[in-house]
Amino acid sequence: MSRLEVRNVWQSFADHVVLERLSLSIASGSFVTIVGASGCGKTTFLEMLLGQTQPTRGQILLDGVPLPAEPSPERGVVFQRYSVFPHLTALENVLLSSELRRSPLLGRLFGAARREARALAWQWLEAVGLGAHGNHYPERLSGGQQQRLAIAQALVNAPQVLLLDEPFGALDPGIRRDMHGLIRQVWRQTGVTVLMITHDLSEAFSLGTRVLVFDKPRIDPQAPHRYGATITYDIAVPARGRPLPPAAPAHAAAPPITPPSEKERTHA
Amino acid sequence: MRRLVNQHPDRLSQLVLGLLPFLLLLAVYLLASAERLAANPNDKLLPSLGVMAESMQRMAFEPSPRSGERLLWTDTQASLARLAWGLGVSALLGLTLGIGTGLIPLLRAGLSPLVAGISLIPPMAILPILFIVFGLGEVSKVALIVIGIAPVMVRELAGRTLELPEEQLIKAQTLGANTWSLILRVILPQILPRLLDALRLSLGAAWLFLIAAEAIAAGEGLGYRIFLVRRYLAMDVILPYVAWITLLAFLMDWALRQLGQRLFPWSGAGR
Repeated sequence: MSRLEVRNVWQSFADHVVLERLSLSIASGSFVTIVGASGCGKTTFLEMLLGQTQPTRGQILLDGVPLPAEPSPERGVVFQRYSVFPHLTALENVLLSSELRRSPLLGRLFGAARREARALAWQWLEAVGLGAHGNHYPERLSGGQQQRLAIAQALVNAPQVLLLDEPFGALDPGIRRDMHGLIRQVWRQTGVTVLMITHDLSEAFSLGTRVLVFDKPRIDPQAPHRYGATITYDIAVPARGRPLPPAAPAHAAAPPITPPSEKERTHA
Repeated sequence: MRRLVNQHPDRLSQLVLGLLPFLLLLAVYLLASAERLAANPNDKLLPSLGVMAESMQRMAFEPSPRSGERLLWTDTQASLARLAWGLGVSALLGLTLGIGTGLIPLLRAGLSPLVAGISLIPPMAILPILFIVFGLGEVSKVALIVIGIAPVMVRELAGRTLELPEEQLIKAQTLGANTWSLILRVILPQILPRLLDALRLSLGAAWLFLIAAEAIAAGEGLGYRIFLVRRYLAMDVILPYVAWITLLAFLMDWALRQLGQRLFPWSGAGR
């Protein structure tokens, strides 16, 4: 289970209200895509989900428990850039999470524990198509390969939620299509709850089971920072079909949207 | 004819162009030296290469009548030991305080103003204090080098740590890192190549402080020897000693660069 609940969350910096009245509930195993103009708080929302910043008001709960106030292993993340460590080979990058979790003092594993973690890391490298690049440093990998690596690294120890901040924004269209296939596949296989920020509307609708649109519903021309952005549309996307017409404006707590069929297995 | 900014030398002309100024300087020296020696065979100011070689042969291979030591090697050993201690202690301080203040906001708040303040003290101004406090032995000389270069290294490495993308720190924490394992697995390995770069940049200053300290109070050492024989206008020793110091500095820089390329192939260090 990994049900996210956002309860009347506000985020403001001094007088500048960035986000206001965010309330929503995300079912376990959803693939939520988040779109909206630049500067309307998508990234701020993601930073709050990560624990990088705390909401000014309101609460974010994972399975009914407030999220820790700092980044923690139940949330995996892939950024647009700097997601992998340049000083580690691809294999070491994937291995790192096992080492950090199981060896808090040395950050390294030895003997049988290491062999086991290595085997798991290799499996993930193979799964994202980097089986031939395990011993390469990230600088020798292409942009798409680096993002594949970042996905494997984030997922190897099964976080409950995967946060993606425009992960494919810097990639060529062809590569981006491959990456869509990959992320869809790992989402289906792992049943992880995914939240992905994107600029690309077609990407948002083709990948997501639910699309959130962030925008500023109220604007005071005299004081542009007086009101923040919120979720103006909350759209359920039926698997492989047209998007449904916009659901009710999501200011009030939106009901969890029925997840498509893949999700049922995760619930079970 | 292409514009000057678009003309690039090939490898051979690069080598020739690089050597040319050295050869010119040497030629100027030899001419001037020959001129002076022709006027006065006992001139000490611009000794001939032969005289210099003779002096160095004496310094390097013949036991000194006073102490029975081969002075060049005694001096070199003493100076390099002081330099190694100074650089080593500074590197250690640079690493711990640099990473500490660069990564941990509480330490940064507490220590950065102090480090910034200390780095503004002209080290030579407190050399007398060091002599008074630590005596005229090795400690005061090493301390001068450390005070001279450690603050710069701390600030440099703190800056490099701050420069690491925040995404990396967040990512490591989502992978399960605590503060210590974050330093151990993510920060330290990426800062070590920067440490080598910082050491290379500090070499010049370290030599400066070493020679200054040796000039004032020492019993042996390359800087001590230069300032000692200055009394006898012994340019035939001073000039080769300066060349020897330059060669040592060059070799240390080269070795640090090689080490960086060997140990951290991913970093592009040592360019």
